[in-house]
Amino acid sequence: MTAAVPNTAVENEVMIELRGVNKWYDKFHVLKDINLQVAKGERIVVCGPSGSGKSTMIRCINRLEEHQKGQIIVDGTELTSDLRQIEQIRKEVGMVFQHFNLFPHLTVLENLALAPMWVRKMPRKEAEAIGMQYLERVKIPDQAKKYPGQLSGGQQQRVAIARSLCMNPRIMLFDEPTSALDPEMIKEVLDVMIELAESGMTMMCVTHEMGFAKTVADKVIFMDRGQIVESNPPEEFFNNPQNERTQLFLSQIIGH
Amino acid sequence: MSHDFAPLPDLPPPGTTVGVIGWLRRNLFSNTINSALTLFAIYLLSTLLPPLFNWLFFKADWIGDSRDACTSGGACWVFVSARFSTFMYGFFPDNETWRINLIFIALIACMVPLFIEGFRHKVKLGLFVIFVFPIFGFILLFGGVFGLEQTETSQWGGLTLTLLLASVGCVAALPLGIMLALGRQATNMPAVKSMCVLFIEFWRGVPLITVLFMSSVMLPLFLPEGVSFDKLLRALIGITLFQSAYIAEVVRGGLQAIPKGQYEAADALGLSYWKKMGLIVLPQAMKIVIPGIVNTFIALFKDTTLVIIVGLLDVLGMVQNALNDPNWLGYSTEGYVFTAFVFWIFCFSMSRYSQSLERKLHTGHKR
Repeated sequence: MTAAVPNTAVENEVMIELRGVNKWYDKFHVLKDINLQVAKGERIVVCGPSGSGKSTMIRCINRLEEHQKGQIIVDGTELTSDLRQIEQIRKEVGMVFQHFNLFPHLTVLENLALAPMWVRKMPRKEAEAIGMQYLERVKIPDQAKKYPGQLSGGQQQRVAIARSLCMNPRIMLFDEPTSALDPEMIKEVLDVMIELAESGMTMMCVTHEMGFAKTVADKVIFMDRGQIVESNPPEEFFNNPQNERTQLFLSQIIGH
Repeated sequence: MSHDFAPLPDLPPPGTTVGVIGWLRRNLFSNTINSALTLFAIYLLSTLLPPLFNWLFFKADWIGDSRDACTSGGACWVFVSARFSTFMYGFFPDNETWRINLIFIALIACMVPLFIEGFRHKVKLGLFVIFVFPIFGFILLFGGVFGLEQTETSQWGGLTLTLLLASVGCVAALPLGIMLALGRQATNMPAVKSMCVLFIEFWRGVPLITVLFMSSVMLPLFLPEGVSFDKLLRALIGITLFQSAYIAEVVRGGLQAIPKGQYEAADALGLSYWKKMGLIVLPQAMKIVIPGIVNTFIALFKDTTLVIIVGLLDVLGMVQNALNDPNWLGYSTEGYVFTAFVFWIFCFSMSRYSQSLERKLHTGHKR
């Protein structure tokens, strides 16, 4: 793995704040009293067993899921059911999904230019120029005219990252970005993410890629059964896990 | 010694599995039962087809202007050719039929570029055909301005009326149906949702014949004295509402087939509800439901013949009308075969068009 990416967190500027967040699916209590602060430029990796609520938590941050109790404040704006505020926050928060979710009826470049054109009201030419610029950054400018279905999984996920970046977001959320990829494609996606981390982007990433966590994370959060069990810098987290549950998880995930 | 991987050369498949003989063996004579069925089918066709073709073509009478020309014992197509203009134009004044022809030619002229690969203004032209063209067509058909003689809607008939009913029914019902489908999906707006459900279930629950009957017989009873709608307009409104309910259900099927991730990706990018639907969800959903929509269009096209019960004479009505003519008694078979042929031409073209559209829109790459 590459050497650790230098810390870019700006201590006093809070980008994301969760205060006593609770969420239920019917009677099932998915998130239990989540408290979390993410500073500007900070990179958080969230891990934990499946069903622990880690995806739900980051999906609450751009309101793909609704929380029922507590406060979520993103970039100074509290998330309420006010649609305009939600759209405002979503403009500033990019998200990358496990299954890419590219728009299959549009070409790669159209996928990239869509949001800048229709949300930021940018002229097509400008939006496409930005799209090409990010496509170059994820190293697949030659795929611009293809449809997503013609690309490999790794290329699709890189397009998905570029698509989010085209909106020039202040925060990037990653929901298991490499879990649906063949092993040989994971690296190309992680490389893009590492480069993004180096640029000082505020990032929250749900992943099982512990190598990535060691390289870029400022803080690793371990969740289990809807709670944050442990939250520490990577050296501390991997070398000296405090909680028994974390130790078990790490032994299982790193053991093979 | 080298361990290079050397692929085996490609060999042609065995001769008996390809070509005409291979095809025959696989499809017609693959086993005893299949062979027997094939022979039986050949026997049936050989006994049925020759008399049919004789009647339709070889022994048919084509030329003439009265029933006296029909002597050979085959089909009397003279009946159709003598009455052709009423089948096409209904009771439209003879010296004004150029107006109908002009509409038709103009429509075809507008549609041709839509089929040309690489024509750049397809969307604009499509919108023109849907929104501006009907006004142009209505003015030409109805007249009363620009020195055109005014016609009564009761003079509109024949294939002209069939096409009018079907195209207005389809073009007006499609947007309405899409809105209803979206409304039915709007779980966060219970009032809108239940209104859409109510509307759809009501219109799907009544037969079209009832709708037409109600619109022509019952509606005037509820309208105040002196207020009257045109009969054709009432039928058009009835057909449109009826059709929109069916389209709504077809479109809903398409909406449900779009993966949740597409909605989420659009949301995450900050697209508003209408942009999400218009740019991401509907383009994909409509592509899926093209066969279903064309299916309802074809059904509607054939159902337009029902307007005969409210006294509007479409192509079938005109044929039946002509059959009552004492000069042409006894030629109902020819009349109905002709009508069936006209309907088949239109329905088959719609079906082929939908298939070519499906192929063209098939970027075929899920997710």
